[in-house]
Amino acid sequence: MTEIRCSPHIHSRETTKSIMWSVIIALLPATFGSIYFFGPDALKLIIVCILSCYIGEVVSNLIFRRKLKSFDGSEVVTGLLLAFVLPPSFPLWMAGIGGFLAIFLVKELFGGIGFNIFNPALAARAILTVAYPLEMTQFTAPLSYRVDAITTATPLGILKEGLGETLPSLWQMFIGNRAGCLGETSILLLLIGAIFLLYRRIITWHIPLSYILTVAVITAVVGQNPLFHILAGGLVLGAFFMATDYVTSPITPKGKIIFGIGCGIITSLIRLKGSYPEGVAYSIIFMNMFVPLIDKYTMPKKFGYVKKI
Amino acid sequence: MFQGGVKLVDFKEISKGKVIENFPASEKVIIPLSQHTGIPSKPLVKKGDAVLKGQLIGENAGFISSATHSSVSGTVIGIENCPLPGGRTTPAVVIENDGKDIPVEPVNRDWKNLKSEEIISIVRDSGIVGMGGAAFPSAVKLTIPKGKKAEYVLLNGCECEPFLTADYRVMREEPDRVVEGLLIICRALEVKKAYIGIESNKRDLVPLLRETITKFVSDTTVEIKVVPERYPQGSEKHLIKSVLNREVPSGGLPVDVGCVVFNVQTALAIRDAVCEGKPLIERVLTVTGLVRSPKNLRVRIGTPVSKVIEYCGIEITEKIKVILGGPMMGIQINNLDIPVLKGTSGILILPEEILPEEIQPCIRCGKCIEACPMLLVPAELGRYAENKRWDRCAEFNVADCIECGCCTYICPAKRPLVDLFKWAKAEIRKAQK
Repeated sequence: MTEIRCSPHIHSRETTKSIMWSVIIALLPATFGSIYFFGPDALKLIIVCILSCYIGEVVSNLIFRRKLKSFDGSEVVTGLLLAFVLPPSFPLWMAGIGGFLAIFLVKELFGGIGFNIFNPALAARAILTVAYPLEMTQFTAPLSYRVDAITTATPLGILKEGLGETLPSLWQMFIGNRAGCLGETSILLLLIGAIFLLYRRIITWHIPLSYILTVAVITAVVGQNPLFHILAGGLVLGAFFMATDYVTSPITPKGKIIFGIGCGIITSLIRLKGSYPEGVAYSIIFMNMFVPLIDKYTMPKKFGYVKKI
Repeated sequence: MFQGGVKLVDFKEISKGKVIENFPASEKVIIPLSQHTGIPSKPLVKKGDAVLKGQLIGENAGFISSATHSSVSGTVIGIENCPLPGGRTTPAVVIENDGKDIPVEPVNRDWKNLKSEEIISIVRDSGIVGMGGAAFPSAVKLTIPKGKKAEYVLLNGCECEPFLTADYRVMREEPDRVVEGLLIICRALEVKKAYIGIESNKRDLVPLLRETITKFVSDTTVEIKVVPERYPQGSEKHLIKSVLNREVPSGGLPVDVGCVVFNVQTALAIRDAVCEGKPLIERVLTVTGLVRSPKNLRVRIGTPVSKVIEYCGIEITEKIKVILGGPMMGIQINNLDIPVLKGTSGILILPEEILPEEIQPCIRCGKCIEACPMLLVPAELGRYAENKRWDRCAEFNVADCIECGCCTYICPAKRPLVDLFKWAKAEIRKAQK
């Protein structure tokens, strides 16, 4: 006889681990894409980020005297996402610091998985942007464009600075053949992963759709090409893979839409009026702070709280 | 249709096709005096007394209480403490079966000549309780509180728990008695309209039930409603929502929206009591899961679970768990001497599950919020209960939780949410006292 347990006596097969690994699988097309576009640099950066995240986890468990939990894949997700938001030529030791801080500072100091306020990868990116502003804004062109490892500007950078460089075609941007952060460039490959996550019902449409639509509407209203704004920068990566992070986004469907719209407004404001060319990372971090508040005011109407018949 | 809930694999194929077998009465039956919600019945027999099958051995001890009857003929061995599922114990009348099955005098009554109070009184004296699992005394349900009015009777044929097929078999094999029972309930409640709610996976019953209904009534007094197969469709509140689109107010009863809901087997028991004077001494249950031959059995109340399992043969002897009821709301037991009760809808043998030993953190995926049919926020409630914030649990309406298990089933972190909510409810009750 086995130990008595409370009902229910059956459980769905989905586990925290299976969700994490599904996210990793969803990120794989874009991972391979980044290696194809940016070469071995990309692979090295990805490996360093994942390893440093894992080291962050081990170190925090030692410091906080917690049992080493089984490897659930959440560090791989954070590591991959961090690599995805760094420039391809970013120095590896700096990336290592970023990965360690993403887990130790942003996640574990706040209580570990399930308790962090900010998206670990994006918060680490924000730290790195402040610490190493030069390295964080030097983008190399994809291999096929490269004459000899010259730095170039991202499409949003070209738009903001007006440097006289020509913008890549929308098709090239869709495929991913443009300068940018490691994993943000290929919209096609990101969408393949996103469709997988939607199909697996790991993410819902609420945040990505409301986020992207908001950016499209605002940029269209001010007379810019909304399609360019969707394909440029990290919007697709952010909307499907970052803003949908369970822990740091609202838990209610209505709250998710509000969160997505908020991200969209701030992203558009930074892109159109701010001094940075891109605003996806900051907008998501900013909206992360409002999650408890959004949750509080979007609780569902409970069963049986209608007027009596 | 209600919001929330989960889609489950129903596993009903295992026993759906098995014709109800009469399980032979065991040499000894243990009949607890508290098988129902409310005050235990008062014992009327003592050691050495001879009893007949169907004889009253425990009388009603209050308004919310129930009578208890012997399920065999024989001799009372004693009144002993008997373990119940869930860890409680209760006095039980233990009877040695003489194997003769001598019944008390049968009666033959035409319910059409009976008044409402007469029917209710027969139901009370026959020890009939809700047989869907909750075991709430049926006579109390039939007594509408002052100032309220019943407009509809709903016959609950959903059997939404996976694995269980007892109610399905009863409807298949005894449709006449079930429908007649429903009409008797309508008469007792002076209600003109009844619905039979069945889940879409039992759609094959519709022609049979329709034909049966026309044998009794020619108009649309009884209507069949096929409701979507979605757990917990068989919850009273959710069946009412699906059939009539009415929401039972929080803390209220179905009668607050003009409805009274009865389980299929309860209707049948009421019919047998009213027409034949037969008290509730047996029921149909499903024995399924890891057993050699899964069955639907008609079992005497008081039969030890071990006897029933032996009869069906256990496939694996280690790493199994025995559950009384369905997998979602049933109660796991370790003591197989526990007898079959009026509310035991099934005996389910499942393999042991590997679940984390410590409570894992919530990753806020929100799946529980989508799944909760009461539209609560299990994720938040779980965190509050974990930190013993009973005040916050109360504020977030933990009292509305029906313990259906949807949130816990769906939770990827395998958090024991139902467990936490039961704890929170108990603590809140304690504080109120």
